[in-house]
Amino acid sequence: MMGKKKKENIYVDRSWTKNDKIFLGILIPVLVLFFCFNTLPLLKGFYYGLTNFKGYGSYDFVGLRNFRDIFTDVRVGKSYLFTFKYAIVMTLAVNVISLILALGLNREIKGKSALRGIYFVPNILGGLVVGYIFSFIFTYILPAIGNATGIGFLQNSMLASTKTAWIAIVIVGAWQGIAMNTIIYISGLQTVPVDVYEAGMLDGATGWTKFRKLTFPLILPFFTINLVLCMKNALMVFDQIMALTKGGPSQSTESISYLIYNNGMSGGQFGFQSANAFLFFIMIVVISFLQMKFLGGKEEQL
Amino acid sequence: MENNKKDKNQNVAADVTEEVVLNTGAEAEKEKTAGAAEKAEAAKAEKPAVNDYKLKKGIIGGKAANRIINVLLVLGCLTILFPLYMTVIIAFKQPTEMTNDVAGALAFPSQWSFDNFREAMRVTDFWHSLGNSFLLTGVTVVICILLHSIAGYVIGRKMEKHSVFKISYFYIVSGMFVPFAVLMMPLIKQTAQLGIANRVGVIVLYVVFFMPMNMMLYTSYLKNIPIALEEAAYVDGATAWQTYWRIIFPNMKPMHATVAVLTAMSTWNDVMTPLVIMSGTDQNTLPLAQLNFQTQFGTNYNLAFASYLLALLPIMIFYIICQKQIINGVVNGAVK
Repeated sequence: MMGKKKKENIYVDRSWTKNDKIFLGILIPVLVLFFCFNTLPLLKGFYYGLTNFKGYGSYDFVGLRNFRDIFTDVRVGKSYLFTFKYAIVMTLAVNVISLILALGLNREIKGKSALRGIYFVPNILGGLVVGYIFSFIFTYILPAIGNATGIGFLQNSMLASTKTAWIAIVIVGAWQGIAMNTIIYISGLQTVPVDVYEAGMLDGATGWTKFRKLTFPLILPFFTINLVLCMKNALMVFDQIMALTKGGPSQSTESISYLIYNNGMSGGQFGFQSANAFLFFIMIVVISFLQMKFLGGKEEQL
Repeated sequence: MENNKKDKNQNVAADVTEEVVLNTGAEAEKEKTAGAAEKAEAAKAEKPAVNDYKLKKGIIGGKAANRIINVLLVLGCLTILFPLYMTVIIAFKQPTEMTNDVAGALAFPSQWSFDNFREAMRVTDFWHSLGNSFLLTGVTVVICILLHSIAGYVIGRKMEKHSVFKISYFYIVSGMFVPFAVLMMPLIKQTAQLGIANRVGVIVLYVVFFMPMNMMLYTSYLKNIPIALEEAAYVDGATAWQTYWRIIFPNMKPMHATVAVLTAMSTWNDVMTPLVIMSGTDQNTLPLAQLNFQTQFGTNYNLAFASYLLALLPIMIFYIICQKQIINGVVNGAVK
């Protein structure tokens, strides 16, 4: 009823029919539920951030002191540095490797579907258990290989050194992240029509030029998706850290999520970490908007 | 137009048979299976046959190059399979077989015994955590499909008419920017106050947490369902409720599958929510049981790996059975 009217007239009928009211009646409880468990805790978090609450007992209102202290807190600063380092390296590594994998898996090769199936497996496995399995590889298998072959840098566990522990976490994160991004790139490559390549071939585009001038611009929307998804997941890294290092050694791999969890829950910093969490939220919003602004407008249309 | 197309297709067939003569048999086989009309269309353009062959080679890639890539990809698979292989091997071994060299961890066990699994099941209370994981995942998926599809439908259909619905849409979608870590601490207090710091609370949080994504998916899918279907139902005197369940809900079936896969995978593998919300209860989920096991009995690796393998097994089986649906679901969820 409404649909036809809308299309025929330029102006939209905004009167509330009985049907509209029923729809509103369904919408309101959904909104209430969403508000109670999403917006309300966010506001409460901001409120706790203004207090010196320890997580138990009574507390006082301290104004914006927590928010000011965050910027001078060494541990918080370290966790932001680690999280960003991890997220950037991870996003770059995952996207480069998964793009190469996808280009390979998109060719006419033998056992294509089986290979694709295997490469996707890490994505379905839980981060915590995968972390535990890799933890064994880093602490026992790699040093054992290092001792057997005499390769120096493998002989000590990667997880034990402040210099290499974060790389171990990148490896585990990438092992899982590549699976997802590869599949998305493959579905992107399948949207590129063959005649585009044909036209390119006539102009002499081969190899790298073909990829840079033809393939890549056409799968740019998928590149954007992968970049945003990968960055978002990497910034929230938690499971792998819980399984591999618990933030150590000497807090060198403490991600923001892990710090909020650890110090907010058991460190008596409920108020302070609430303020930290709120800033983390603002940061995620800003990054998401920047990504959408810079990457959203560049898509190539056929 | 139709005739024209048929003509073209016949030409395609002709071109392909010509290729058989020109190229090797294997190459032609590929052409046939590919069978893309576009390719042949280009072949129709007036240019010599040699050039045409080069063109095809460029599109599909040289055979030698393909073989190298094939080998590389198979080798690359080892990075995926190695940790899984190691898990299986260690899970079957006895602690005495675990020497400090590589072989100690990676060689086949002297005998394949299920003792580790039996012991791991007992220590981690496997059936109990498995049941909890199934319960949480199952209930969450069902509620998400029912509630989020209605929300998506209600908002999607009225978005253009009333700004209330449009604002609600953006309000809920903006929830995607809120990581769980941000809400975690207030939610612990809130669920405790409401008396739902247990499985019920975790399900409620999942339903709210997945709402932005799922609602967006349903709203976008709704554009594929013609409004005329509903209009016809209304004319026949059906109520809005009946129309939804009889017309819209069944028509959104492909999206239900996507939502089910995405929700189930995130719920099944999630650690953080049950960890912080259910910590006061003695209820475990499968990942949570591994976490507790690790802190208590972390040094017996054989037992630990048996336990990990048990934790990975259900989702692996699920993946083997519905691999296609899972991959489609994940791609749909990301791309839309």
